[in-house]
Amino acid sequence: MTKIGLEIHCQLTKLESKLFCSCKANYRQYEPNTNVCPICMGLPGTLPRINQKAIEKATTIAMALNCSTPDHIAFFRKNYFYPDLPKNFQITQLNIYGETSIGGSGMIMVGDKKIRITRIQLEEDPGRLIYEGSSSKNQITLVDYNRAGTPLVEIVTEPDFENPKQVRDFLNILSDLLENLDVSDPGLEGAMRADANVSIEGGNKVEIKNIGSFHDLEKAVHFEITRQESLHSRAIPIAQETRHWDDKRKITISSRSKEEELDYRYFLEGDIPWVEISKDLQEKLKAEMPESISSKKERYISKYNIPEQVANVLSSDKFYSDLFDSSHTEKNAKEIANIITTDLMGLVDTTEKRNESKLEPTHLQDLADSIVSGKLTRTNAKNALYEIVKTGKNLSQIISELDLGNVSDENELIKIIDQVISEEPQAVEQAKSNPQTINFLVGKVMQKTKGKADPKLTLELLQKKIS
Amino acid sequence: MNLKISALEYVEEVKNGNLSAEDFVSETIDRIKNVDEKLHAFLQVNSKAIEQASQIDKKIKSGDKVGSCFGMPISIKDNICIKHSKTTCASKMLEKFVAPYDATVISRLKEQDAVFVGKANMDEFAMGLTTEFSAYGPSRNPWNTDYVPGGSSGGSAVSVSAFECVASLGSDTGGSVRNPASFCSTVGYKPTYGLISRFGLISYANSIEQIGPVTRTVKDTAFLLNIISGLDSHDNTTIDNTGQDYLADIDSGIEGKKIGIIQEMAGEGTDPEVRSATNDAVSKLEGLGATCEDASIDMVKYSVAAYYTITATEAGSNLARYDNLRYGYDFPVEGFEFNSYISKARTKFGPEVIRRMILGGFVPSAGHAGKYFLKALKVKSKLTKEIHEAFKKYDYLVAPTVPVLPFKIGEKIDDPIALFLVDFNTVMSNLTGIPSISVPFTISKGLPIGIQLMANNNEDKSLLRSARALESTVKLPEVPI
Repeated sequence: MTKIGLEIHCQLTKLESKLFCSCKANYRQYEPNTNVCPICMGLPGTLPRINQKAIEKATTIAMALNCSTPDHIAFFRKNYFYPDLPKNFQITQLNIYGETSIGGSGMIMVGDKKIRITRIQLEEDPGRLIYEGSSSKNQITLVDYNRAGTPLVEIVTEPDFENPKQVRDFLNILSDLLENLDVSDPGLEGAMRADANVSIEGGNKVEIKNIGSFHDLEKAVHFEITRQESLHSRAIPIAQETRHWDDKRKITISSRSKEEELDYRYFLEGDIPWVEISKDLQEKLKAEMPESISSKKERYISKYNIPEQVANVLSSDKFYSDLFDSSHTEKNAKEIANIITTDLMGLVDTTEKRNESKLEPTHLQDLADSIVSGKLTRTNAKNALYEIVKTGKNLSQIISELDLGNVSDENELIKIIDQVISEEPQAVEQAKSNPQTINFLVGKVMQKTKGKADPKLTLELLQKKIS
Repeated sequence: MNLKISALEYVEEVKNGNLSAEDFVSETIDRIKNVDEKLHAFLQVNSKAIEQASQIDKKIKSGDKVGSCFGMPISIKDNICIKHSKTTCASKMLEKFVAPYDATVISRLKEQDAVFVGKANMDEFAMGLTTEFSAYGPSRNPWNTDYVPGGSSGGSAVSVSAFECVASLGSDTGGSVRNPASFCSTVGYKPTYGLISRFGLISYANSIEQIGPVTRTVKDTAFLLNIISGLDSHDNTTIDNTGQDYLADIDSGIEGKKIGIIQEMAGEGTDPEVRSATNDAVSKLEGLGATCEDASIDMVKYSVAAYYTITATEAGSNLARYDNLRYGYDFPVEGFEFNSYISKARTKFGPEVIRRMILGGFVPSAGHAGKYFLKALKVKSKLTKEIHEAFKKYDYLVAPTVPVLPFKIGEKIDDPIALFLVDFNTVMSNLTGIPSISVPFTISKGLPIGIQLMANNNEDKSLLRSARALESTVKLPEVPI
C-alpha cells in the first residue's frame, strides 16, 4: 500500500512581529536585509524574546486540528550550519523529552478519511537564499535575512495518505482552516511549504524536501509514486534517501548530500524558559476561536435553506463568509449567497484583487434588494457589481451613470411589445400553440431595451397580449 | 589624589563636592597608563572617559539630576556589549566587531552616570581560568606579576585590585568572576541565575552563566547590584526582584545562622595554606555568632565533569554563529564555497576555544549523548536536589573559592586537566543557579586567598550580609603595585 506523510510549514503571516524580535512578520514588502535587527541577525550578545501572540495563535491551530495542548512548552536548538541561518542553529520544538511541543497528537477528517496529526511545533523560519549567475562557475549565492525569525508552525502528519488526491483534499481543507482562523494567508508566496515522505508497497521511505507550494506538493507526490512504481516494476530497489523537488523541471532529484545523516545535537534552548499555557488561557483561546467552517456551512443550510454546494463554497472561504455574514438579512440571504458564489467569485479570485476591491457589505444588500424587487435584472446586477468592485460607488449612482435601471413602466413596455409583435408575426403565431416560443419574444424585448426590461413584467404583458 | 577608595566612598566624596569626577577619572586614566603596560588588564581604554566625566561634573554644578554613580570609573569585561565600541571577547574572530547596542547592564549604568574607562581582558570567549587564553596576551597578577590573575574575568579583577578603576563587571560561567577575585584579593560575585540580565553578554554557556560585579568591598557589590539587577524584557530568564535593596541592613550580621562547611571542597586536593585559611575563616564566622559544621554534598565529585560537558555543548552551539559571514574580521569570500569558507574562517579561534568546541560537537552527538551530555544533565539535577536539601539545614555554605594558590604564568597552561580542577569549588553554584561570593580573606606567601560563601536561590541579600560580616573581620595589606 502506498503511504504518504506530510510535514507542512505554515508561516503565521497575520502576526505583527517575528517570533523572537519586533521586526515585521510580513517581510515581503521590504528591500533585502532591511527587515532585520541584532536579534534576528543573531548578533553576539542578543537573546530571543518570545512572542506571546505567536504562542497563542499556534495553540489555536493545535486546537482546531484536535491536538492535545500541553500546559508547558519548551524550545530546543537544532544545530546545523547553513548560510540562511544567522545563528547556525534554529530554535524549534520537539517531543523527545516528553510532550513539550505546542500541539500533541490530533486528527482531521478529509471526507471519510481520518488523517492523524503527529504533532505541531512552533519555530523560526530561516532567511532566504537567492542564486545568481548562469553556470556553476560564476554562480553566487545571496542571502536575504528579512524572513529570518518569521513565526512558523510545522504540522506533522502520520503516513495516512494513500494517494495524491487525498493529499490535495487535505491541503485544501487545511489552508481554508488556517485562513478561517485568521492566522495565515495561504495565498502569499512562500507562506505554505511542505516536505513529504512517500513509500510504496515493499519499498523504502523517500523524503521529498523543498516543495514551495501546495500545488507543487501534489505534483511532487504524484511524480514520486510514479517513479517508485516504475523502479519497482523493473525490480530495481528503491533507496531510502532524501530527494529535492526541482521547481522548474517538476521532478524529484536525489540530493546526494549527507543531509539525512546530519546530527542536529538537539538540546534545550536555555534562553527561553518553559512557557506556561494555562488552562485559563486555553479556555479563553477556545472561546475566541472563530466559528469553524463546518459550523458555518451547517448554519447556512439550516437557517437560510441555501443549497449545500453554495454553502460549501461560501463557508470554506473566509473572505466570502465574512462578506456574507456582514451583509445578509433573513430575507435576502439566499440572493446574497448567489451573488457571492456566482458573480463575485471571478472578480476577486486573487489576494491582490481582494485587496483592491472596493466592495462593501452594504453594496451587496442594495444589489440583492434591487434584484428581489425587480429593479435590476441579474445581468445588469452583474454589470453593476463589476463597477462597484472597481470604483466603490453606491449602487444608485452606478445605475443612473450606466443606465442600468429596468424599464418597469407598463406603458413604455407595451409600446415596445407591440412593436415586437408586429415585427415577428410568425413567432407570435407559434407562441399561441407552443408556450416555449414566448421566450424568444421576451428576448426580442430585452434586445430592444438593452436588457433593462423587467423580465417578469415583460412575460406577463406578452402573455396577455398574445392570448 | 587617593584612587584607593571604594565605590561608596567615591560617591560620598563627589556628592559632597570634595572630589570632581573629571579629576578622578583623569587620574585613573594616568594610573592605567602607568601600570597597565605591566598588568595588561585592558584591551581598550575609552578615549572619551575624561570628557564624559567632565560632562557629569557640569551636571552636578548646574544642579541637574545626577545618577547615583556620579561619574564613577568602571571597567567592563570585553564580552559585554557597549554601543559603538569594539567587543572582541579577547578573540581574533571578533577583532572588528563593533556592538550596535548596549547590554542591559550597560544602559542601566549609563542611566546612573557611570563612566566606562575601558574593556577588560579575559580568556577568549570566557573559556579559561587564568586569562592566559586571551588572544591578545595574558593579564598579570598585581600581587606578583609572574603569577596569573585568575580568569576568565582576569582583566576585571586586576583593574579593580590595581586601582585602575573603582569597580568592574565580569561574567561567571564556572567561577570566572570569583576565581580572579580570589587570586587578586577583590570581592567577586555570582548572583542567583536570572538576577542580572544577560542581554548583551556574549554567550558561552547561557544556561548557567551570569554577569557579576568585581569590587573592592561587599557593600560596593550591593550598590552595583541595586543598579543592574532585576527583570528585563530583553532577557526572558530574568527574575523579578522589585523592592529589594541589597544595601539595606547589610551590616546586620549573621548571629544565630547555621553554616555548612563543604567537605568535598576542602579535602585532599586543597593546598595546605588554603585549608588553613578556610579553618581561620570558619573560626571568624563562629566568632560572629554563627554555628558551623561539616556538610557533605556527594555530587560535587562529578560536578567538574558535568560542568565541562554542559558548557562544551552550549559553547559549540553558541559559537556556531561565528562563521564570519555577517561580521567578524576581514577575510574575503571569493573562491570558497560555504563549508570551506567557514572552516577556514574559523581557524582564527584560539586553541582552548577549539578544544571546547570539538568537545561540544562530540558529547551531545547521536550515539554519545547518553554517555556524556544526558548524564551530565542528570548530575546537574541531582546536585541541585542535594543543594536544596542542604539549604533546609543551613543558611549558608562555605568553602575556599579556589583550592590552590595563584600559580605562575605558563605553569599549567599545557595541562588542561590540572586547569579544569582549579574550577572544582566554583562550578557547583553555576550548575545549581545559587548565588556565591568570594571575599578576600588573607595573603599567604604574598598571594591572595579568597573565601567563598554560598546561599540558596534568591537569597542574594542574605548572602551579601554574611559576606559583609566576614569581610569586617579582615584587615588586608595594600597591593604592592
